[in-house]
Amino acid sequence: MLTYIFRRLLIAVPTLLLISLVIFLLVDLAPGSPMSEIPLTVPPEVKKKMIEAMGADQPVFVRYLLWLRQFFWVEPAYWLDGHFGTHLAGDAQRILSYQTRSPVFITIGQRIPQTMTVIGSAYLVGVLIALPIGIYSAYRQYSWFDQAGTFFAMIGFSVPTFFTGVLLIVVFAAKLQWFPSVYDTTLKVTDWASFLKQVRQMVLPVTVLAMFNAATISRYMRSSMLDNLGQDYVRTARAKGMGEGTVVLKHVLRNSLIPVVTVIALGIPSIFGGAIITEQVFKVNGLGAALIGAIHANDLPMVQTLTFIFAVLIVLFNLIADVLYGILDPRIRYA
Amino acid sequence: MLDAGSSAPLTLAPPRSQWRDVWDQFRTHKGALIGMAVFFALVALVVLGPHLWRYDPNFIEPDAMKMIKSRNQPASLAHPIGTDQLGRDMLARMIAGGKVSISVGFVAMTISICFGTFVGVMAGFFRRLDGPLMRLTDLFLALPLLPLLLVMVMLFRDALAGVMGPSLGTFLLIVTAIGVTSWMQSARIVRGEVLALKEREFVLAARSIGTPSRRLILRHVLPNVVSPVMVAATLNIADAIITESALSFLGLGFPPDFPTWGRLLFDGLPYLQQYPERVFWPGLAISLTVLSVNYIGDGLRDALDPRIRGR
Repeated sequence: MLTYIFRRLLIAVPTLLLISLVIFLLVDLAPGSPMSEIPLTVPPEVKKKMIEAMGADQPVFVRYLLWLRQFFWVEPAYWLDGHFGTHLAGDAQRILSYQTRSPVFITIGQRIPQTMTVIGSAYLVGVLIALPIGIYSAYRQYSWFDQAGTFFAMIGFSVPTFFTGVLLIVVFAAKLQWFPSVYDTTLKVTDWASFLKQVRQMVLPVTVLAMFNAATISRYMRSSMLDNLGQDYVRTARAKGMGEGTVVLKHVLRNSLIPVVTVIALGIPSIFGGAIITEQVFKVNGLGAALIGAIHANDLPMVQTLTFIFAVLIVLFNLIADVLYGILDPRIRYA
Repeated sequence: MLDAGSSAPLTLAPPRSQWRDVWDQFRTHKGALIGMAVFFALVALVVLGPHLWRYDPNFIEPDAMKMIKSRNQPASLAHPIGTDQLGRDMLARMIAGGKVSISVGFVAMTISICFGTFVGVMAGFFRRLDGPLMRLTDLFLALPLLPLLLVMVMLFRDALAGVMGPSLGTFLLIVTAIGVTSWMQSARIVRGEVLALKEREFVLAARSIGTPSRRLILRHVLPNVVSPVMVAATLNIADAIITESALSFLGLGFPPDFPTWGRLLFDGLPYLQQYPERVFWPGLAISLTVLSVNYIGDGLRDALDPRIRGR
C-alpha cells in the first residue's frame, strides 16, 4: 500500500508540472505581455523587482522555472516563516496581485473560509440527502419513489445552478422575504442571534448546490446498491433468516458505499472550482469570486495561482480517491 | 431447424435493419420520446421563428419618446413576452438567442466528438500511440476546466474579435474552447471499443487480405463505434449549452447586444426584482433544452445497447 501511494505521488509530480506548464504557457503566450499589464500605480522599484522575479527579459523556459520557484519555494518559505519564525525566504519577491498589490496568497487565505463554509456544507448536505434517496430507490426499484427520484435527479443536473439560484432568490428572497439574497461576508458569529443570521443567509446557496450535488451522488448510490442487491451473499443472508434491515443496511450498504465514497472524494475539488457560479449568484466572497474578479481586472498572477491551485486539488483528490478505494475494498491489492 | 430436406416452406420474418430495432426500443422510452418532441419543437422554433415572428431582435425605436414608451412592456399581443429595458421585443431576442445557443451546442459537440474519436481510434488502434495519448487524456481530465475556459476567453476574446469581428470571433473562440475541453470522455469510450473490436475475427479477416490500416479504420472500425459515440454526442450537446450559458452568465461569453440565452439571463439579472420573467424565460429555455437532450441520451443509451434491446 505504502509503495503504491509513493508511486502514485511520483506520477503526480510530472502531471502537476505539465498542468502548470499548460497554465503558464496559456497565460504567457496570450496576446499582450503580462508585464505590460502591471498597473502604473505600482512603484517603479517594485515593478523592477517583480520583473526580475519573473524574469520577463529571459526566454520562456527560464521564466517558467522562475514562476515554479516562486510558487513552490518562495511562497511555502514565507508560510513557514510566518508560522515558525524562521528566515527561509529572506527578501525574495512574492507573487503579487495586480489588484491589491499584496501577495496573492494573503487574498486566497482570506477567501478560503467563505468558500469552505458555504460550499463545503452544501456538499455535506448534498451527500446526506443523496445517500438515503439512493438506497431507498434501489431497494424499491421502479416504484413511484424510484421514478420520482430519477426524474428529480435528471432535473437536478439539467437545470443550471445559475437558474435555480435566481429562481430561489425571486421566490424566497424577493417575494416571501424569508432569506437574504446576498451573502454577508462581514458577519461574525459571536452569539445565538448572529449564528441564526449566518444560518439564514446560508440557506439559499446551500440549497442550490446541495440539490445539484445530491442529483449526481444519489444516482451513483442507486446503481451501486442495485449491483450489490443481486449478489449471492444477499440471498445467503436472507436465507439465514436475517431481517431486511440488517441485510440492506449492513451487508449491502457497506459494500455499495465503496465506489460511492470514491465518487464523493472525486467531487470535492469541484467544491472549489465548480462553485464559481453559485458564489457569483449569491455574491459569496470566496475563491470563485476571487477568480472572476481577477479575470475581469486582468490580474494575471492571481488567475495563474488560483487556476493552478484548483489543478493541484484535482490531482490530490484523484490520488486520495484511489487510495481510499484500496483501503476500503479488500479485494483490491495494490502491489 | 433449417433442414434443407424439409418440404414445408419456411416462413421467415422479413429481415429487419438494426436501426429499425433501435428505433423500436427507443420508442418504448417515454422520457426520451417526450424529450425528442420538446427538442425538435425548440429547434423548429429557433429555425422557423425568425420567418414567423418578423421582429428585429436588435431593433430600438429611433424616436426617443417612442423608445421610452416601449421600454419594459408587460406581455401583450404585440409583444407576447414583453420588451426589455431598451424596448426590444423579448420573443425575437429569445429566438435569436436560441439560434446561437443551440448552434454553439452542435458545433462544440462536433469538434469535441471528432477530436475525441480521432484520439480514441489512434490510441486504441496503434499500440505505440496508446500510452502518450492516454496520458494526454488524463492530463486534460485533471485540468480545472471552468477556470481554464474563463482564462481562455479572457485572454483571446479581444484579439480574436479584432481579427474576425466581435460576434464571429467570440463564437469561434467559445466553440473551440468548449470543444477542446470536453473531448476526453468520448476518447476514452472510443478507445475501449476499438481495443475490443481490434481482436474480432472480421478485423483479422480484413487484415489478412491486406487491407491497409487507414481503410481498416474507416470501413471496419469506425462504423462499429458509432453507437457509443452517438450517446456521448448527445450528452456533449447538453454540456456545451450549459457551459456557454455559464460563460455568458459570468459576463465572459458573447458581447453585449448579441443575444444568447445565457446572455439574456445575465442581462435580465439587474431587473430581477421588477421583471423576474426576463430571467425566467431564458433560464427555462436552457433548462428545457438540456433536460430534453439528456433524456434523448438516456433513451439512446438503452436503445443502442443490444443487451437491453433484446428484452
